[in-house]
Amino acid sequence: MENNGTAIQLSNISKYFGAKAQKEYALKDVSVSVRRGEVLMLMGPSGSGKTTLLSIMGCILKPSSGSIVIRGREISGFSQKQLGRIRLRHLGFIFQEYNLFPTLNVLDNVLVALDIRGMTGPKAKKQALTALGSVGMAPKALAMPDTLSGGQKQRLAIARSLAGRPSVILADEPTAALDSDNGRKVVELMRELAHEKNHSVVIVTHDPRAVKYADRLLTIEDGRISNSQNKHAAVGEDE
Amino acid sequence: MIYKIARQNLFHDGVRLCVTLTGIVFAVVLITVEIGLFLGFTHTISAVIDNSGADVWVTSRGVKNFDIALPLKEHKYYQALSIPEVKDAARFIIRFADWKKPDGLQESVEIIGFETEKSMGGPWNYVRGSNAMLDLKDAIIIDQLYMEKLGVSRLGEHVEINQKKARVAGYTRGIRSFTTSPFVFAALETASHYTHLEPDEFTYLLVKGKDGVHPKALKAALLRNINHVDVYTTEEFSEMTRKYWMFNTGAGTGLLIAAFLGLVVGMVVVAQTLYATTLDHIAEFATLKAIGAPNSYIYGILLSQATLSALLGYGLGILAASAISDMSHFSATVIMLPTTLKIIMFFLTLTMCVLSALISIRKVMRLDPALVFKGR
Ligand SMILES: Nc1ncnc2c1ncn2[C@@H]1O[C@H](COP(=O)(O)OP(=O)(O)OP(=O)(O)O)[C@@H](O)[C@H]1O
Ligand SMILES: [Mg+2]
Repeated sequence: MENNGTAIQLSNISKYFGAKAQKEYALKDVSVSVRRGEVLMLMGPSGSGKTTLLSIMGCILKPSSGSIVIRGREISGFSQKQLGRIRLRHLGFIFQEYNLFPTLNVLDNVLVALDIRGMTGPKAKKQALTALGSVGMAPKALAMPDTLSGGQKQRLAIARSLAGRPSVILADEPTAALDSDNGRKVVELMRELAHEKNHSVVIVTHDPRAVKYADRLLTIEDGRISNSQNKHAAVGEDE
Repeated sequence: MIYKIARQNLFHDGVRLCVTLTGIVFAVVLITVEIGLFLGFTHTISAVIDNSGADVWVTSRGVKNFDIALPLKEHKYYQALSIPEVKDAARFIIRFADWKKPDGLQESVEIIGFETEKSMGGPWNYVRGSNAMLDLKDAIIIDQLYMEKLGVSRLGEHVEINQKKARVAGYTRGIRSFTTSPFVFAALETASHYTHLEPDEFTYLLVKGKDGVHPKALKAALLRNINHVDVYTTEEFSEMTRKYWMFNTGAGTGLLIAAFLGLVVGMVVVAQTLYATTLDHIAEFATLKAIGAPNSYIYGILLSQATLSALLGYGLGILAASAISDMSHFSATVIMLPTTLKIIMFFLTLTMCVLSALISIRKVMRLDPALVFKGR
């Protein structure tokens, strides 16, 4: 069940910042699973803990307590180095500000993600072009990032995150820097790719219009999950 | 791809690259020139000794360097000639003297007197003239490099040395003097005449051993047979003189300190600009870390940046240093740039740049990948 249906399982995750005396909880006892092939959206007011939760899912931030299981492996005791390897193998990231490499052209931006994974040469190039093709960016392969529009940049970022063929893509407010039309296209694209390639997508967003592309919507308030809704797929409820 | 990222990071910001390269080039040129000067001086100081053709030098007691010594008496010369290990001995004079240019102005020179029929202690690298010319009355030989300083514009020019007549009979090329008083070569008797030595006095005795006699053995034999003298092999005397001028006078120490300062300044400049380049791209490094790039990948980029800067900086720097060195061959101060120095400078530059990169590496090592979701 866990391996087939669940990509990431967080159980009883708490995260606080600051020293013991003035602990400030960003997350309190949160349990959530990310299922294979679903688009999971996280919403909630500013400061509610969305980014913190996404960072913990992405093995970038260690929780103060609780367990994380990724593809059947408990990783809460892992070192930074081991976590890096998990990220490399299983996770893809998309950022609000795109975080492209401004000195490299579009193709090279994707190739870097493959190079880190030890994939080079013609095979890497082919895979990179495939990823670019799937977001409609293949014709721009030789352009420099600063010549791209916001929407194109985010599509490139998606291609880069896809290139390593991760099982989960994590995106923190990927549309916040885009106009509504481009924002919609980006979310649509992510949803399409998720369903087509059967990888999960977790999107933090403030944009109510994006909600209709979610399979499941979690609302976070004050470090806790206050609401959980199934939108499309008839998958079972958490908690 | 690591190399490509490094290259793009460097070349993306032309101004910063220029600053980095200027820093490295500056350091390379400074260090190379200072060391080259050091080598040049060292070479110059002992050139007459090294080219003397003698195996062993006999000096008065307590001599500290080639340029300044008390005289020896003639009987020591005959004592030396009577020693079985000795093949030949030649008297040699060196003395500071006043030189009056044709226009009446004064310069200080070092008169060297040697026995022209023996092949020890004379000038080399003749451009005009030969030892034989020195047998003419009042004939002297100077180096082309000092013609202007000595007010000599042509062969046969008349000058005065210690108020006595002298005539320029030839030129050499590249026989420099470290003491800034140019060497003036003359036959032994002529030199003796100029320097107010007694007719039976001279400064050094240059000795050649019979075939198969090691200079050390020759030295021991001379010490056994001649009293009240010091004896040095040519190698020892050369080294002693070099050490004296380079370290007792502080001239060499100054050069080495300047070279070291060049290294420090170069490193600071390079570290600074490489660090600034790293900071420029810190968001990308954070992204790489977040994606899961191992530290080695990121260090690879930083070290490639450093190596690339080193290669470019070294190339330009050594080119400039070579040009300076080439020009110095026409001046009284030569900057030597042997291949060994070039190779050493290559590795020094590389080390300097790589060490400078360590500061950047430390910064990136401490970078928290969680920053990527925080904006910046
Ligand atoms: N590194 C940190 N150090 C201290 N406190 C932090 C840190 N990161 C987050 N917090 C705190 O944790 C809480 C949750 O922050 P988080 O960034 O997860 O909110 P968010 O829901 O993503 O908000 P936003 O919508 O504004 O991005 C906030 O109160 C924040 O101040
Ligand atoms: Mg946030």
